[in-house]
Amino acid sequence: MAKTHYQLIILGGGPAGLTAGLYAARARLDHLLIEKGAEGGQVLLTDWVDNYPGFPEGLSGFELSEKMAAHAKRFDLQTLIANVTATDLSSSPKQLTLEDGQTLTCDTLIICTGARPRLLDVPGEQEMTGKGVSYCATCDAPFYRGQRVVVVGGGNTAVQEASHLTKFADQVTIIHRRDTLRATGIIQEKAFANPKIDYIWNSRVTAIEGEKGVERIQLVNNDGEKSTLPTDGIFVLVGVIPNNGALPLDLLAADEYGFIPTDGEMRTAVPGVMAAGDIRSKEVRQIINAAGEGATAVLSAEHYLNSLT
Amino acid sequence: MASDKVKAVNDADFDATTASDIPTLVDFWAPWCGPCKAIGPVIEDLAEEYAGKANILKMNVDDNPATPGRFGIRAIPTLILFKSGEVVDQVTGAVGKAQLSDLIKKAL
Repeated sequence: MAKTHYQLIILGGGPAGLTAGLYAARARLDHLLIEKGAEGGQVLLTDWVDNYPGFPEGLSGFELSEKMAAHAKRFDLQTLIANVTATDLSSSPKQLTLEDGQTLTCDTLIICTGARPRLLDVPGEQEMTGKGVSYCATCDAPFYRGQRVVVVGGGNTAVQEASHLTKFADQVTIIHRRDTLRATGIIQEKAFANPKIDYIWNSRVTAIEGEKGVERIQLVNNDGEKSTLPTDGIFVLVGVIPNNGALPLDLLAADEYGFIPTDGEMRTAVPGVMAAGDIRSKEVRQIINAAGEGATAVLSAEHYLNSLT
Repeated sequence: MASDKVKAVNDADFDATTASDIPTLVDFWAPWCGPCKAIGPVIEDLAEEYAGKANILKMNVDDNPATPGRFGIRAIPTLILFKSGEVVDQVTGAVGKAQLSDLIKKAL
């Protein structure tokens, strides 16, 4: 019979999960990392990572996640590709149900399920996803060679990816609901110096329109004035929402947005359950934080396991 | 996603390959696309699971610009399900195995 119980299960294989996996494997814990696709997480959506220490030349999100996975696997990280559909954290041991109906149990769990791009939730968005609506500039920028696109958002991701898009598109318009960007200084500097980027401030998108694909978007500004902007594509980069579908949110005392609060040792409200990375209720969502939190979470898991014996 | 388990299709043999009355799922991908890499193992799993019942193929959109253009593909990964040369349904993004499995079943 296949093994179904582990000391530690790690849910998710982004930077937090892979770092937790590295620490768990080196600690020789009886562990399993469950990931729904391949390892990587949201960092795979990132064109270029210039703020992860130890890589002075920078590297792509893709390369960084490959390196993290290879690093953990060097120490025999155990992984399973599966979708977890339900978790019972009040039982002992804790219980996870997989998509195929199989049940796995563990003494301690580290939740690293991360977050995913938030949608605009406007008419036309769903219908034209993949036909001009995109959430991944790195993936889709080359389809807009010589064309005109808009980027919605004003944070790090939006402004950095707007710069990336100018390598392909002729014109990139950033649409932001405020009159200043939230992105960090060096990312803003680069964008403001780029002649291909222009800005529509204090405005939001109300509809995405077109026949076979995106042709134009409808806008409204903070004074209520409406306008139409022709465009070949729209990149929606307006923050993230938590991947918490299979988690008991009440038990974990999730915040109003569905993120999971922890203490400084990454312990959640449920004994033996830790959370790390973007799924945590916190201000800063950076790769380096996620990695650090993954390490801390394993040390807390070890403490918990020791307390059981 | 690049792998030996999933057969690659190109602009030249695309029509002949998807004309089959066996359901054919084509994964449009590129080497610079992280999420394409993320669903690679899922596509491989599906290829094994549906061996003999459905054809699972991949097309590198960098090397084959004509076919993605014909189907209006402007984002990857995009997966299109064909039967007898006709598009049955399609999905964009790094979706889970269950969703892709449900997609294939539409044409079985």
